Order: sequence, then structure tokens, then C-alpha cells
Amino acid sequence: MSAPASVPEADEEKPPAPRGEGRHLLSIADLGAEGIEEVLRVTDAFVEVSRRPIPKVPALRGRTVVTLFAEESTRPRFSFETAAKRLSADVLSFAVASSSVKKGESLRDTVETVAAMGVDAFIIRHPSAGAPAQVARWVEASVINAGDGWHEHPTQALLDCYTIRQVLAERAGVAVGEVGVQAFAGLRVAIVGDVTHSRVARSGVLALAALGAEVTLVAPGSLMPPSVEGWPVAGVSHDLDAVLPDVDVCYLLRLQTERGAGSFLPSVREYTAGYGLTARRAALLPESALVMHPGPMNRGVEIADEVADLPRSVVLRQVANGVAVRMAVLFLLLGQPTGGDSGGGVDQSNGPADG
Amino acid sequence: MAERERRLTPPRGGVFVPRVQVLAAEDVQRAITRIAHEIVERNRGLEDVVVIGLQTGGVPLAFRLAQVLEEMEATAVPVGMLDVAFYRDDIGIRPVLAEAITAIPCDLAGQLVVLVDDVLFTGRTVRAALNALADYGRARAVQLAVMVDRGHRELPVRPDYVGKNMPTRLDEQVDVSLDGVVLGDVVPR
Repeated sequence: MSAPASVPEADEEKPPAPRGEGRHLLSIADLGAEGIEEVLRVTDAFVEVSRRPIPKVPALRGRTVVTLFAEESTRPRFSFETAAKRLSADVLSFAVASSSVKKGESLRDTVETVAAMGVDAFIIRHPSAGAPAQVARWVEASVINAGDGWHEHPTQALLDCYTIRQVLAERAGVAVGEVGVQAFAGLRVAIVGDVTHSRVARSGVLALAALGAEVTLVAPGSLMPPSVEGWPVAGVSHDLDAVLPDVDVCYLLRLQTERGAGSFLPSVREYTAGYGLTARRAALLPESALVMHPGPMNRGVEIADEVADLPRSVVLRQVANGVAVRMAVLFLLLGQPTGGDSGGGVDQSNGPADG
Repeated sequence: MAERERRLTPPRGGVFVPRVQVLAAEDVQRAITRIAHEIVERNRGLEDVVVIGLQTGGVPLAFRLAQVLEEMEATAVPVGMLDVAFYRDDIGIRPVLAEAITAIPCDLAGQLVVLVDDVLFTGRTVRAALNALADYGRARAVQLAVMVDRGHRELPVRPDYVGKNMPTRLDEQVDVSLDGVVLGDVVPR
């Protein structure tokens, strides 16, 4: 199953998922509403696993997962690695900062070298949009996009959807498994902040809209993409105060100063004055509204200190669910029959059977 | 996992065609009652006894068994359910349905666990269940109750309580529910 050490020079690239769909998670668009629903359902099982005295199952024993993070980011990496380890997969962690990439090796050479060691999945974070999709063309292994440039961050969107569903279940007083995705229909979500530079916003919009939520983007003009044509959003606004009284979820994006968001603004203080969720603004939200943030929070910039610690803020819960959601994604991609095994029919004469 | 569901799942999918009714609903009920008596006799009561049904076929049997035990001894019997999808040794051979719920009612350390399943066949599900149980604590002992033992073991597993011993062919299919036990075949769609 491992990729050949050297891939022949091909003039035309292979399509991203040559052997059937669902082998990679590159974009929320790959999943569709049904795929998202499946991830959420399997996540329930892994939330239960996480509560056990020994929160580890042998489901992916013998599989090898590589985390390749070309952007420094400790917590998402921990989240993915914890998920893989709780599934008993072996985890290799490729630290770009201390690797041959520093010596000038290309991304392609790097992943092909690692793939030649026999790897089942690459978890890739990269500053360039499309890098994980490109890697998916080069290797046989599954590729999970852990954030690529301004493009997408699918597992973040999935864990956000799971967190919303979990809260809805608790409010309804039922087990989370009993809340179907139809609970998202008509849910009003405001995604607030640096939409232009945010991969979380792109994946979030796709996921929430696929489940039927009404998403409104709120940002200063300079941090709104020049066109949102084709985005499945219900509306766009530049006035946060006007939007807040009519939302069920207020999703704050981090002001990404490392991606140059600061240069789109007169000053960070002015951003906070117009678009930060201050205590005054939080009071405009309906009683039941949730406050979410993908982390890490810039306290005092997009979210005020006192708001971040309110009970309606579910930021820590998002982090906790992240591990279970990533377990579900890994399990669904790697815990299934591989392409070579297709013993169709009902011939059970020598196959293992149940009992 | 009920044998029926797994066998009807792609890529091996097929249709279950019933042939013979082996046990009627009353027979299943009588077998459960007898097994309940055997459990009480063997363990001299129900102290520390926890009943765990294996998803999905063992769950209704486990709840019924626990109910009978409670009526018999007038004491509460914790009952739970266990899905062993993540512990199976055939992940990668067959699709794994990770949709069944696991709910263990209490810490299992020091308890006496009675595992309940519908059909005992190769023993691989039980092997997976024993591994899963170990992650919930060190049970004092684990006993196995099944409604049907159809033979063809591939692992050294032996049931403690059996509803009915039923020799079968490998290609036959046993369908167990509280409504009875049916022997049949799976035919390709």
C-alpha cells in the first residue's frame, strides 16, 4: 500500500482521489451533508471512548499516521496526535522547522520520502492553499487537510458542528445521538471577523450551510473577501450590533495578524470597537445564543475577557470535542476495507464470520 | 453486532431468507428464565452481577434477562450495552459500523459481568468484547450467556449459559430476536 519511492514523471497529474471517494478529507465540500452527518454520528462513539477509564481503542493498530505541519501550531497537532494515539495508530510527527525542508528539500520530495517508509495517512497543515490536495496526488496514503492557507480547515468545521449539536442535545435533554442534523435547519449563525484570511470561515460556511443553517458573514469591508459569490451564505453585514440580536450562534474569528490582517485595519483598537464581542455587545445576544471561537483567542481584541469566560462561551468544549471528531475522521478514512479486498457476494465458506 | 446485520452489509450484502423456525417466542422466554436461574445458582445470588448486552443482537436479550433476574431476586441488576466495533480483528476486511451505542452503567472493577449475545459462532466477537471490557476496569469474573451456540469456533471460547445448542452449516444464517430463533440462508441480491 505504500507509495513507490519515486513516482514516474507524469505530464498530467492524477485527479486527487483516484481510487474512489472518501479517501481524503481535503475540503468540507468532499463530504456533503451526508458525509458530515456520518462524521458526527461516529464522533458520538468516540466521545464515549474518551470518557472511559482507559480512553483508547485498538481500531487502527498497525496503521501509521504522519503529521506534517509546515506552520508552527502546537495545539492542533496535539489534537490530531492524541486522536491517532487513542486509536492505537503509530504517529510520526514531522517538524518542518527542524527537518530537511530547511535544507531546501521540496514538499514533494519530503512527502514521497516519508511515504516510502509506509504511511497510511498524512495530516497536513501548510501556509499555501491547496498543498494537501497536491500531496494527495503524489501519495497513495490518505490525506487530511489540517488547514491550508486561506483555503479550508475541515476538521475545525466538523468539531464546531458537533459542539453545536451537543449543546442542542443538552438543551433538549436528550442523548446527543438523538439530535439529527435537521436540528441545524434554520439555525442562525453569524461568522464575525477576519473572513478574508480565515480558512475556518470557509469550511464553517460550507459545513453549516450544507446542514441547513443560515450563515451571515460580518466583517469590516477590508476584511471581507472582494466577492462572496458562490458562497452559500444568507447575508453579509458590516454592522455587528444590528446582527447580534437575531443569531443563535456568534462565531468569532481570530484576527490573523500573522497573515497581515493588521495592515487592512487602521488599528486593532478600531477593529475591537467595531467588531469585537465586548460585554456590551454580548448583552445584545439572545439569552440562548452560543459564543464560539476556533482559538487561540486574542482576548481583548475579537473577544472581551469577561465574554470569553461566560457559560455561553463553549470554546473549551470545542477543543475537547476536537479529539473525538478527529478520531472519527481518522477511523472513517483508515478503518475501512482497503481497495484490494473486495470479497463480494455472500461466500462465507472461508471468510471470518461473526458470532 | 448482530450476525444478521453484519452479513447483510455491503460488500457481502445479501438477503436473509428464513427456512425453519427453531424456537418460538415462548421458547426464547423460557430459555431466558432458565439462564436467569442458572446465573443465580452459580453465583449464589446476584451480588455484584452486571449484565452487558453486545450490540446489537445481545442488547434486547440482556435487558430481558436483567428484568427476569430482578423479578426473581427482587434486587436491582445494572444492565448495559457494549459495541465492540473498534476492537474487532476484521477491521479492514469488513466495513465497521460504528453506530451502535456503548453504555456501561457502572465501574466494572470487582464486578461479575455476564456478557449476553444472540449467537455464538466463531468467538471473535467475544474476544473483542473481552478486550473492550478490560478498558472499563478489572472485572472479578466474566461469564458468557448466548441464546444460540451454532458451533464453528475459531477461538477457544466457551459459553457459560446457552439457550440452545444448534449445529449449523457454515453458510447458514441464524436470526435471533425476542420473537424467536429462525434458521435460514443468505442469498445474493
